[in-house]
Amino acid sequence: MAEKFKLTIVTPDREFFNDEAEMVEFNTTEGEIGVYVGHAPLTVIVKPGILTITQGENVRNAALHAGFVQILPEEITILAEIIEWPEEIDRQRAEEAKQRAEGRIAEHSANIDLDRAQAALMRAVARINAAALK
Amino acid sequence: MASMRDIKRRKGSVQSTQQITKAMKLVSTVKLQRAKGRAEKSKTYFKCMYDTVVSMLSKAGDINHPFLKQNVSPKKAVIVITGNRGLAGGYNSNIIKLVRDNDWNKDDLIIYPIGSKGRDTFARLGYEVGNDYSAAIEEPIYADAMTISNQVLSDFSSGKVGEIYIVYTGFKNTVTHIPTRLKLLPIKIEDERSADDKAVLDFEPETEEAIDLIIPKYITSLIYGAMVESVASENGARMQAMDNATNNADEIISNLSLLYNRARQSAITQELTEIIAGAQAIS
Repeated sequence: MAEKFKLTIVTPDREFFNDEAEMVEFNTTEGEIGVYVGHAPLTVIVKPGILTITQGENVRNAALHAGFVQILPEEITILAEIIEWPEEIDRQRAEEAKQRAEGRIAEHSANIDLDRAQAALMRAVARINAAALK
Repeated sequence: MASMRDIKRRKGSVQSTQQITKAMKLVSTVKLQRAKGRAEKSKTYFKCMYDTVVSMLSKAGDINHPFLKQNVSPKKAVIVITGNRGLAGGYNSNIIKLVRDNDWNKDDLIIYPIGSKGRDTFARLGYEVGNDYSAAIEEPIYADAMTISNQVLSDFSSGKVGEIYIVYTGFKNTVTHIPTRLKLLPIKIEDERSADDKAVLDFEPETEEAIDLIIPKYITSLIYGAMVESVASENGARMQAMDNATNNADEIISNLSLLYNRARQSAITQELTEIIAGAQAIS
């Protein structure tokens, strides 16, 4: 049995998660990382993707879209601007958002914000993937 | 003395006003409970955010980031949070006073109103009014705070404004609300530095980039927190105002009842006197 650390996930509206966990994985601006207890202190910025929390046999997933993470050896705090459990995701809406974003990127015209469209696409993909893992 | 009918009519009108103020008080009590709960829930997030930003800035030392130094533009962006409705005692006017009566030069300000009461007042007073976000205050959600902070930050980086302030009503408890002026940008490092930093943090990506990404989130959370607190204060202020109004109506009603009874009594006395006088005249 691996050692555990304290994982707190807060959003502006609620405390999303507050329990002990063995490992947490998520996507950052520098790539995917997985964190165990005893990690060097680090602050990273989140990129849209799937957040995986491992608690023994129990593995939970969530779609994490924006925010940042403060990693301390015994304690990890995720300040999430947007995060959802798979059961909270509207799959159909995510699919539509994905198509819309892809359309915008393909259009490539000057009057669209490419960064924003790409961010929207990443969010939609993260939602769809998380919903599929339910 | 006013006639019995006049007094009765006035009493009726005060009574129906009292019913309205009583209902408004009940509504704002319920809304206050909800807003208070939300303000408390957002506090955890805000505290973590604040700690991180403080430790980040104290570690960053003397780096020369645009978010940390004064811009050349003399203009100041002021986000003003008021209500969309009145009848909340001094809630709206205290905020307006705080913006108007201080050392700011009127021509240097660009007002970004959240709340139509503030928007209308400043437009009438001849201030420069930027984008209006009044709809956001009805039901503060984080996405609205993000839109607003993106707008002011892009104005800041494009040099349109040199400083960003927010003016809102801080919610201390149900009866104490403090109109507050807060400087959002540029952040003064001296103010934010703390001695008992709990950990030496590393940043990924580099500190400069991290500041680029975290500061907007910090500003957004400040705006969101200000919105949530203002809504709680607004409902608290309205609850108090309506409670006072209901009590005043009670007082007026009891005075009018006294006047009415007196008038009725004197009318009876007069009638009796007339009847007796008439009977004596016949016999």
